[in-house]
Amino acid sequence: MFSPSGVASEVMSMNYPLLETINLTKVFKMGGIFKGSSFRAVDNVNLKMEFNEPIILSIVGESGCGKTTLARLLLNVIQPTSGIIKFEGKEITKMKKKSEILEFKRKVQPIFQNPFESFNPLNTVSRYLYASALKLQIAKDKEEAKEIVNEALISVGLNPEVLDRKPHEFSGGELQRISIVRALIPKPKLLITDEPVSMLDASIRMSVINLFLKLKKESNTYFIYITHDLATAYYISDFVAIMFRGSIVEYGFAHDVLSDPLHPYTEMLLNSTPDISKKWTGRVILSGLELKEFESLGCKFWRRCPYASDKCKLTRPEMIEPKSNRMVACFRYQ
Amino acid sequence: MSENSIIEVGDLKAYYKTRHGDVKAVDDIGFFVKSNEIFGICGESGCGKSTLIKVLYGLIEPPLKVLSGHVSIDINDKKIFLKYNNDVNNIKKLWWNEMSYIPQSSMNLLNPTAKIEDQFIEILRKVDKRTTRGEAKKIVQKSFDALGLPREVLSSYPHQLSGGMRQRVVISMATILNPKIVYADEPTTALDVVVQRGILEMMRELQRKSNNTFVIVTHDMGIQYQISDRVMVMYAGKICEIGKTDKIFQTSTHPYTKLLIESLPRLGDKSERRSIKGAPPNLLAPPKGCRFHIRCPYATQECIEEEPPLVEILHEHYVACFHPLG
Repeated sequence: MFSPSGVASEVMSMNYPLLETINLTKVFKMGGIFKGSSFRAVDNVNLKMEFNEPIILSIVGESGCGKTTLARLLLNVIQPTSGIIKFEGKEITKMKKKSEILEFKRKVQPIFQNPFESFNPLNTVSRYLYASALKLQIAKDKEEAKEIVNEALISVGLNPEVLDRKPHEFSGGELQRISIVRALIPKPKLLITDEPVSMLDASIRMSVINLFLKLKKESNTYFIYITHDLATAYYISDFVAIMFRGSIVEYGFAHDVLSDPLHPYTEMLLNSTPDISKKWTGRVILSGLELKEFESLGCKFWRRCPYASDKCKLTRPEMIEPKSNRMVACFRYQ
Repeated sequence: MSENSIIEVGDLKAYYKTRHGDVKAVDDIGFFVKSNEIFGICGESGCGKSTLIKVLYGLIEPPLKVLSGHVSIDINDKKIFLKYNNDVNNIKKLWWNEMSYIPQSSMNLLNPTAKIEDQFIEILRKVDKRTTRGEAKKIVQKSFDALGLPREVLSSYPHQLSGGMRQRVVISMATILNPKIVYADEPTTALDVVVQRGILEMMRELQRKSNNTFVIVTHDMGIQYQISDRVMVMYAGKICEIGKTDKIFQTSTHPYTKLLIESLPRLGDKSERRSIKGAPPNLLAPPKGCRFHIRCPYATQECIEEEPPLVEILHEHYVACFHPLG
């Protein structure tokens, strides 16, 4: 079914989604005093990113919802417990040949939350950027690496003179742009960004977000934007998936999901965001039951859901499509 | 400055002494906080907001040093005037009882090796040595009920609780003796939005019920908009603007406040948002004149040469700018 040769797969890949996960699950076993117990950090996740025009897909959720684990699975850094991840039609966990793995790394690049942890504080950033170009075999030698790095720097609006500086000489925003430059060196198809702006100050945050939009438009780059921040997700994304305790509970066009939420959890998230255009009304209930929610037999949200019925406690709701282009896992819409 | 002010700060300078020179984190500022209000302090990282709150609470440890200035605290009609150079121990006498502090990380306040119950008893006995375990439990349980904390928490160790629960325990500790002033430094920054909203609402409820004063430092403008009554915007160790929160968000007059608020994405609004060009200055050698002039689109020669004073341009609206926006 899959062509082993790189050239042929390039042609064939058009028939497949760019990225697809099927029943993707990651179970972590706990050690220490919790020894023996396990929890599903990613629980039966099905995602699909079509391959026609570039999109930004946001995965939105709170801490502990499994969004970072999902990113690590998609980057092939950790192995799933069960389920399948396909990139351009190929199962990424079954890649054995070095050339295949290298090809995948060129096409899918990560951007992490804290740029200061991505760089060696003792070296100039140029060393890191050149090494990336050489390691991914984008450049044959240092001369070529320089050329490619310069091109990438200019594409994000940075002056090549930054190359001789060390990480501490940059502000967080500038350094994050340099880690974006690093990710752009192999001209990737897909960037997986995990909370890329949450460490940055409000006044410079938008420069990074706007850069993503520019790259999407001008370099045809696809993005998975993982965040807890609904306002930037609304601003940047075409599609949004809401994650709760390892599962995706709602999916659809960003505008639809974030202006007319179907799932009660999405509604609660939206009502809790400290937005500057609307004051909070009513009150929220806080639970002391965070860990129990992972183990829930039925809907994981029932303990906090204002609409929960007995059915919700006992049966896990499946993803359904109550309206066109809207997916939600909630019995209210069945 | 104002007849019902509870904290008055004047000419306050607090620097970090480093081998590269002085980091001018709080540089000659003055303002007041009214009693019975939630006073927000906001600004980007490195603007001096955390340093300021530490100085106000008397958490002054090297390399932080207060060079000059005074703070007067008006508690129960008794003015306590503090010259911070030598009066730090006088401030410490007010801790817990008259003023308390909620740090960003709850583990900075909680003892990891003691049960929550024992930590509360220790605080309560600071005020009344004869407090029995039974009496203490009664007082704590009342506070826990108000914060929606289950009673089992009392017999737990801090690491057994989630971040949101720990932060609620810390809020309970900080308010248990009903202090006149509660300082909070980024009290919900590490928490999820739903928990964050719950905790902020609890804090506001506590404040409204006991009519005391909360000073809340956070970089998150959304939080300031939601819970503070008045807000003070800082930039590079200086005050830009102070005013009623709603007013500041409606019509900010300082260019920095305006550009900052305009840069924030809002739900339901996809119109283009832009960052403020450039980055905040290095506080080892802040620029002459207005500290924002390098990034300010309205800057003139005057702004480069002279420092704008903080003036009251409208009733209770203070701004430090030669060209305030209308």
